[in-house]
Amino acid sequence: MLRVESLQKSFDGFMAVNGAGLVVEDHEIVAVIGPNGAGKTTFFRLITGHLKPDGGKIIFNGRDITGLSPHKICKRGISMSFQVVNLFHRLTVFENVQVAVLSHQNKTRMLFSPAANQSVPETREILASVGLADKADRIGGSLSYGDRKVLEIAIALGNQPDLLIMDEPTSGLSPEETAGTIKLIKRLSSELGLTILFCEHDMELVFSIAHKIMVMHQGNSIIQAKPDEIRNNRQVQEAYLGISD
Amino acid sequence: MTKGISSSKSIGFSAVCLAVLLVLPLVIPQFYTYTLALIFVISLLAMSLNMLVGHGGLYQFHHGVFYGVGAYTFALFITKTSLPVWTAFVAAPLSAAAIGLLIGWFCVRLTRLYFGMLQISLGSLIWAIGFRWYSLTGGDDGISGIPVPSFLASVTGSYYFILILLVLCLIAMYFILHSPFGVSLRATRDNPERSEALGINVRHHQLMAIVIATFFAGIAGVLYVVLERSVFPDLLFWYLSLEIFIMCLLGGWFTFAGPILGAAITESLKIFVGTYTEYWTLVLGIILILLIFFLPEGIMGYFLEKFRPRDGARVPEA
Repeated sequence: MLRVESLQKSFDGFMAVNGAGLVVEDHEIVAVIGPNGAGKTTFFRLITGHLKPDGGKIIFNGRDITGLSPHKICKRGISMSFQVVNLFHRLTVFENVQVAVLSHQNKTRMLFSPAANQSVPETREILASVGLADKADRIGGSLSYGDRKVLEIAIALGNQPDLLIMDEPTSGLSPEETAGTIKLIKRLSSELGLTILFCEHDMELVFSIAHKIMVMHQGNSIIQAKPDEIRNNRQVQEAYLGISD
Repeated sequence: MTKGISSSKSIGFSAVCLAVLLVLPLVIPQFYTYTLALIFVISLLAMSLNMLVGHGGLYQFHHGVFYGVGAYTFALFITKTSLPVWTAFVAAPLSAAAIGLLIGWFCVRLTRLYFGMLQISLGSLIWAIGFRWYSLTGGDDGISGIPVPSFLASVTGSYYFILILLVLCLIAMYFILHSPFGVSLRATRDNPERSEALGINVRHHQLMAIVIATFFAGIAGVLYVVLERSVFPDLLFWYLSLEIFIMCLLGGWFTFAGPILGAAITESLKIFVGTYTEYWTLVLGIILILLIFFLPEGIMGYFLEKFRPRDGARVPEA
């Protein structure tokens, strides 16, 4: 589904991403791990078009999407949920998701039909699947931090993506909230058939749900393999797991 | 969504208000009828501005220009051409929207304060044209004694005409702000970057909002001429733009009807305190200071917030 080849990006001479590569197959859950500053977020932002790569190639569903603008990539079926919660804080929870659905259905310029009649079932379905249905009428900015993280994911789902990219979906969450998010990610994968690519610091979470793990170190992808292999790989232990002990 | 306050209760409240306003001219002195009509005109102007300030997050600092363009176009069509009167009614809002498109096209390329600064500059250019082009606009004398159709000849006649158009415009605005476009516009206000990432063309939506809002400002300009029968360059001056901007903040810029309240308060102050002292702006200034400290969401914003249902269910914004 997604193939990234020797991606490169530098900021003022600093190579943030330096030759990273990745292959994601349909319906996989793939995790990217690596120490702080390894270039995980930059790597994701390059895929979603928020940053323009200096070199390398990104192929999605057989088509080259390298360097396209974020909304074009979004229309192709890649959505991103952000690490720093990035909501529409004065809109209701319902509207937060509805806007994404409206945009996906090219309805944002409709002037003469009440929004209350547009894209409602799709929005309700997404809210129900992430467990925010009972908070639909609350204002986005008034939610608890945990709920805002979930809403963040729900907005990303509004575009009906094939591939959902999540940048640290559990950062800052309590253990219970983290457990809830793990369940949610599993459900999105099994029920909606989404392909999921995420990065995460919580190793327990990574090893419990990822089908495949890619390890980044100094902007490069040093290995991608099944969780068991990663655990036993010496290079990884040196680069990352060793340090965290 | 938008249940609760915006539904049955507020429709009932609006109907009562409308009924009172329909009866009032029969019982109050003509001066008050005239004052109310003037407040309606300014309310429409402030409402049109708030589509951009409150709902679009756009600092349209010089919105008054489009009011002036509407008023001048209407006046010029009637006095300088022999076209039927209805063409003047149609041409005025359209020309305001056309100038809105022209100025907006440049402004949406900038963000926030820079948008506002460019908007003031380009708007002032229009004022300079109105002020200097004596042969066309009459310069600082303006144009007076503009003939209007006979059914608008009396103050009461123009009062009802203005009231009806105000109500029609408010209904249209309400629908627009509750449409998918309205929701998307507020999304671009709250978070332009995320909107862009979701595939919403932010600039295009902002420009669309500017054209719509300036169209309504043009209608307000027409209504002003209907009431006053004259135009002068002050209608294009930045001072008026500042006043209506304050009305939006005062009434509650994140609410639908807040600017009407703001307009009513400001205009009443101007007329009633203004008869006692020329320093009526002092009172307005004090109100503004209190507003900033105690009611940052404006008067209507504050009360909607205060009386909203418990459990954080939201107040309908539009």
